[in-house]
Amino acid sequence: MADIFTVQIITPDRIFYEGEATMIEFNTEAGEIGVYPRHIPLTTVIRPGVVTIHEESGDKKAAVHAGFAEILPDKVSIMAEIAEWADEIDLERAEEAKKRAEERIAEKTQDTDMDRAELALKKAVVRIQLAGK
Amino acid sequence: MASMKDIKRRRSSIQSTQQITKAMKLVSTVKLQKAKTRAEKTTPYFDHMYQTASSILARSGTINHPYLSAGDSPKAAVVVITANRGLAGGYNSNVVKLLTQGDLPKENLEIYAIGTKGKDVLVRRGYDIKEDMSGIIDAPTYADAKAVCDKVLQSFSNGEIGEIYLAYTFFKNTVAHEPRLMKLLPLEFSEEELAEMKQSGQDDKLIMNYEPNEEEALERIIPKYVTSIFYGALVEAVASENAARMQAMDSATSNAEDMISDLSLKYNRARQGSITQELTEIIAGAEAIS
Repeated sequence: MADIFTVQIITPDRIFYEGEATMIEFNTEAGEIGVYPRHIPLTTVIRPGVVTIHEESGDKKAAVHAGFAEILPDKVSIMAEIAEWADEIDLERAEEAKKRAEERIAEKTQDTDMDRAELALKKAVVRIQLAGK
Repeated sequence: MASMKDIKRRRSSIQSTQQITKAMKLVSTVKLQKAKTRAEKTTPYFDHMYQTASSILARSGTINHPYLSAGDSPKAAVVVITANRGLAGGYNSNVVKLLTQGDLPKENLEIYAIGTKGKDVLVRRGYDIKEDMSGIIDAPTYADAKAVCDKVLQSFSNGEIGEIYLAYTFFKNTVAHEPRLMKLLPLEFSEEELAEMKQSGQDDKLIMNYEPNEEEALERIIPKYVTSIFYGALVEAVASENAARMQAMDSATSNAEDMISDLSLKYNRARQGSITQELTEIIAGAEAIS
């Protein structure tokens, strides 16, 4: 039997996910990482991306935007500001948001908050990537 | 003695007031239940956030980060969370009292008001209201909390303000809620707390790594920590508001009950008095004729 560890995804409004997994993949500031049990303790900042939780019975995918993860040998806690399952995502809205963000970036003026526009674009792309599949 | 008609009119007026207070009590009971559930749901996030932030700080006590030391500016920002509506007993005035009777100098304060009731009083007292964001208290979301926090943190890092405080009502349970003035930034932990954190950090016998590095992680995590405290405070304030209103309306209803029974007694006495008087008059009249 493969090693398992506890995975928690907590958002301000609820405990989004809590369960046992064999591996978890997510996107951090330093790039995409996959974490197996008995990882070294690590706290890292998350970038918007798809989190894949590999459970013994199958995979689960969720979109996570902004937050940080605390990795311990027997436990991973992700503190996310926003987290969504694929079926909670409104694909149309995400497409619209993507278009809006792209427009904002294309017509950039001095007043445009580029960081914000790029973040919005990234969020939309992650949502589409997850829900479109 | 007041006439029967007067007493009757007064009694029916109190009765209709009582109906209103009763209805308000029921409404706030329902709202309280909702707010309480929400407040409970935010606890895991907040607890975890506190743990992480404190364990980083415990280990990196020597880090010299702007968030950990007071800014040069003598000014302080206070986010004041009150309600948009009154009729909640001392709920609004207790929060305002934290400022008016506290030891923060009035002229150095910049108020970020959430809740019109508190804002109105502070304006009248001559406080400097920097911004009014009363709209969000009706249905606070994490995004709202973040928007407010970003603004305050921005002016903290620009050096416009040196300290950030939060005035809100802590929700202990349905009957007990206490107004609190809390310092958000710079983060300060007492010696005891630090010792405790170190203790628990050592128990784990783990050395936490930070990516990209401790300072940067701190830079990212502290705003989130502050936002989560702030969001928790908002949610608790809403719960406290409804609990306070429920209590106020409950006692108003029972006071009305007392007044009604008192007036009923007076009314019946007056009625009996007038009947007795009429009878005596008739008997006296009959005797005079015979």
